[in-house]
Amino acid sequence: MAKVESEFVKSIIFQLNNEEYAMPVDLVGAIERMLPITRVPGTPDFIKGVLNLRGVVTPLLDLRIRFGFEPKDYSDETRTIIIQHENMDVGLIVDAAHDVIDIPKASIEPTPEAVGSVHIDYIDGVAKYDERLFILLNIDKILSKELLEQETTARKEKLVQ
Amino acid sequence: MVVNEYLDIFIEESKEHIQSLNDHLLELEKDPKNITIVNEIFRSAHTLKGMSATMGYQDLADLTHNMENVLDAVRNKKLTLNSQIVDVIFTVVDALESMVFDIIDGGEGKQDVSELVNKLDAIENGDQNIDSQTKKADKSSGKTSSIESELDQFELTVLQQSNEKGYQNYQVTVQLQDTTLLKAARVYMVFEILEQIGEVIKSVPSVTELEDENFEFDFTVVLVTKDGPDEIEQKIMKVSEINSVTVNELKVNQFTGGDAEEAQDTVKAAEETSEDHEETTSKRPLTSKTIRVNIERLDALMNLFEELVTDRGRLEQISADLRHNDLEETVERMARISGDLQNIILNMRMVPINQVFNRFPRMVRQLSRELNKEINLEIIGADTELDRTVIDEIGDPLVHLIRNALDHGIETPEVRKASGKPGTGTLKLNAYHSGNHVFIEISDDGAGINRDVITKKAIENGLITKEQAQSYSNHQVYQLIMESGFSTADKISDVSGRGVGLDVVKSTIEALGGSITIDSELGKGSVFSIQLPLTLTIISVMLTKVKDETFAIPLSSILETAIIHKDKIMTAHNKQVIDFRGRVVPLVSLTEIFDVPGDDQDDNYHSVVIIRQGEKMTGLIVDSFIGQQEVVLKTLGNYLSNVFAISGATILGDGQVALIVDTSALIK
Repeated sequence: MAKVESEFVKSIIFQLNNEEYAMPVDLVGAIERMLPITRVPGTPDFIKGVLNLRGVVTPLLDLRIRFGFEPKDYSDETRTIIIQHENMDVGLIVDAAHDVIDIPKASIEPTPEAVGSVHIDYIDGVAKYDERLFILLNIDKILSKELLEQETTARKEKLVQ
Repeated sequence: MVVNEYLDIFIEESKEHIQSLNDHLLELEKDPKNITIVNEIFRSAHTLKGMSATMGYQDLADLTHNMENVLDAVRNKKLTLNSQIVDVIFTVVDALESMVFDIIDGGEGKQDVSELVNKLDAIENGDQNIDSQTKKADKSSGKTSSIESELDQFELTVLQQSNEKGYQNYQVTVQLQDTTLLKAARVYMVFEILEQIGEVIKSVPSVTELEDENFEFDFTVVLVTKDGPDEIEQKIMKVSEINSVTVNELKVNQFTGGDAEEAQDTVKAAEETSEDHEETTSKRPLTSKTIRVNIERLDALMNLFEELVTDRGRLEQISADLRHNDLEETVERMARISGDLQNIILNMRMVPINQVFNRFPRMVRQLSRELNKEINLEIIGADTELDRTVIDEIGDPLVHLIRNALDHGIETPEVRKASGKPGTGTLKLNAYHSGNHVFIEISDDGAGINRDVITKKAIENGLITKEQAQSYSNHQVYQLIMESGFSTADKISDVSGRGVGLDVVKSTIEALGGSITIDSELGKGSVFSIQLPLTLTIISVMLTKVKDETFAIPLSSILETAIIHKDKIMTAHNKQVIDFRGRVVPLVSLTEIFDVPGDDQDDNYHSVVIIRQGEKMTGLIVDSFIGQQEVVLKTLGNYLSNVFAISGATILGDGQVALIVDTSALIK
């Protein structure tokens, strides 16, 4: 049994810019509709602010902006996926989230790199399964503090002068 | 073995005993003739030994055992204390401490103690031969059940004295079952009981032999107690594997006599012991009224209460909206009760600052030796209570400040005498409550801070310009020594490093929501005073509105609020300033600093919150004041750990998050 299980990655599937992305389900603490957000000044654009998630102040990342897509107004479909990872609680704002799918490990391939495209470090690979294409995300890279601190410091310097 | 459940207790109690060893040794150093102190030390050492042996920490037990022997010799006047012996005992206590800390860190508490054991042995044996004689005597009569002949003068006097005070003396013979496996453990349990009901004056075979299981199955002790023989018997019989207990009254009158001078001496000592005894008996009911609670449980309680505070805020808001009389009354009552509850919970987390202070006497003693300075440490207000979270953080900064005072502040005896001061310098630690804050002052009567030296250094290091140096007040100059990269010691020493540090002290204290100020008089000494909040989790804030956003400003840093007409705003070097009670105060617009989106309102009047840090003030322009509220301080989480001018967040009554302004970042 154990062997069979390990051949699949149980993943949460969410939509972003009409593409489907996947992330291991065990990272996910909850999926929420949009809640009131408090903006945090001096942070990069992709940080939308913080929200009160049952008493815990949780930062929110807008994945569209993080990935450099066009911003889109939030709708009824918009969801916040609460990720619990390495002592960090972070919410990811996505266009929609409906599925949990067992992706066979065998179907996962490395990211196809077209000539001239920039290597994107937060994508672990792609999986083609059941006539659908899933992009597998690397949570460590998405939540990398490097980018966050770089931008925060830049903004701080702008404010201080 | 089911040892783990006792490990916590063992660690806690060992720490207490080691602390008490340290404290009493320091006292003893000042007053080497005081047998009461030796008795206290002996008692702590003895308990420590018993505990560590039971828990199987052999090295710990061995070392304590040898220390106990030396102390025993001192106690029985077979050995005179000198500074050398005290020094060795101090190193032993250090070793014990490091072993206990090893155990705390999950280690085995093992350490090579043979050198120290040898040293202790040498002290014990290097003394007069009386010691070895009595030992022999003890051994040869190991099995006799008659104990009277073995009582020495001192013990007899104690017995007599206690008799006069209404205590009874008994000879208690305990017979263990032949099948007993852990004889030492049973003996330990019996002694525990005996020590609860009275005091054991003598034991045959000796305690050491009993603990080494160096006896058959019976032993006899002389017990001083107020309990009757039947009670004693019943209590001891509660220990399992005991065959029989015989309790006989012991008359001592006939044994007294001997050298007059010696008798007088021992009487004094005996008085002290019996006084001591009374003290312990009167203390007992006090201790039984406290319980140990795991700090995690208190934290959980605090968290739950925080939720309650949030809901209380929400309820208050709803009742204010509804204007229903009964509801308003009930909510008001609930607010009062939860206010009381908050006080109680906060008080439960309060710990006396002594927990931090108690390691300083040792440190000062050691440092003053290293530095060849004579220093007298005075501690005032060690029972001042602070929240545990603050206590945990404040230790290192204090250590640093004390080292600093000893190293740079107090001069060597020669220098002091030359300038007409007593050779011994005084370092004073003073802690006290005032309002919602705790103040800790570290003052020395040393050289003080030389303004010129500081300004010169600061100019050299490029911290300030010459012009600034002249215009600075003394206070401003003193603050410079806490800037990073500043060192005034001409000589780099091991003790207080190279000026990295005071800036760390400052930032640690500020991170705790406190502040530090320096006052000094050249040639007379310096005072470093630290102001700390009583607690870190629930704070009072002023809620302000900036366009559509709400920001909370900690009340502790607000001087006052004001409404200012825009004509009153002046500009100095393209910065907005106002004249506030005769002082020029810079203005900062929260809209600009926090880049708040929305349309600018063009008002003739501005709401300004004047914030203060030390001597510096800044006015924060907001759109409107909402009011004052108690809120629960929360972090922004690990992901957003470094946001400019925001120190945390809180959840308001309506469930929304409001950010808390870090005022220290906005004051320049």
